[in-house]
Amino acid sequence: MMESRNLKELARGMAGGLPIALGYAAVSFSLGILMRNAGLDPVHGLIMSLLNNTSAGEAAALGIIASGGGYIELALSQLVINLRYALMAAALSLHLSSTLSLPRRALVGFDITDEVFALLVSQPRPVSEFYAYGIALVTIPCWAAGSALGIIFGDILPSSLVSALSVALYAMFVAVVIPPARRQWRILVLVIVSMAASWLVDSVMTSGVKTIVLTVAISALAALVWPVEEL
Amino acid sequence: MTIYIQILVMAVVTYLVRAVPLIFLKNGIQSRFIRSFLHYVPYVTLSVMTFPAIISASGNSQAGLIGFAVAVLVALVKGSLPLVAFCCCLSVYLAQLVL
Repeated sequence: MMESRNLKELARGMAGGLPIALGYAAVSFSLGILMRNAGLDPVHGLIMSLLNNTSAGEAAALGIIASGGGYIELALSQLVINLRYALMAAALSLHLSSTLSLPRRALVGFDITDEVFALLVSQPRPVSEFYAYGIALVTIPCWAAGSALGIIFGDILPSSLVSALSVALYAMFVAVVIPPARRQWRILVLVIVSMAASWLVDSVMTSGVKTIVLTVAISALAALVWPVEEL
Repeated sequence: MTIYIQILVMAVVTYLVRAVPLIFLKNGIQSRFIRSFLHYVPYVTLSVMTFPAIISASGNSQAGLIGFAVAVLVALVKGSLPLVAFCCCLSVYLAQLVL
């Protein structure tokens, strides 16, 4: 029997996660369009999104899967692209109760995304594990359903509409990087250099290798030249 | 069958990236270089993935170029994610009709 306090935290998490979940449905639908272009069926898309919860990671994987890339390339791409979650997980670790058991920490770790992390660390410490489960219970199903729906609609909508929708996820990535780039000139330089480098090596590397190599090289260079004091 | 193994490989790696620091790094990440590196990763990886892929994504590179310009402009003026995506898709759709 679950304690009423825990049940309350679960409900609070679900309520707090709802706006995130709705946003996820839209992003995931755009991802679903790309999944459909890569030849995935709705069941593939549903399972991939259910188990991964990462727009950039999944989008990169589609390019690798479509081009027949190997498991090493696939694994490395996920490691590098999702490295930012390691930073968030390490920070989140300080917000959980220090007595929280290993299996429960392992469970909370399943659903760390940019938005979920932001919500969790905005709560008073220590944040309840049940609050985290509540968020996961609404965000993960919406994320998974959005991808499946994107694939289904990608098959029935007219091709002119599907090709226009194929840029949606990339436009969302633009919407993520441009506002901080406008505020911080270092981020602006980083965005321009990254795009230019990506364009320069586009014909000599597969999309997966390119994302891995450039992300590690440019981020490491930036960390050497512009170390960040406060994070 | 291959696709399910591919999804599983992705899921295991992605899960470990999230769970291992949460379980073992109870004092956060101490190295300033590692923290700075991880701080910059999202901006670099999203930029690398977006350009030039956004240009070719629709199959019409002229429309794609217009869509990219529209996305950057709308994001500069008003950073809202749904609006940027909508304007970008609409501009690509309209450009496809004209070009």
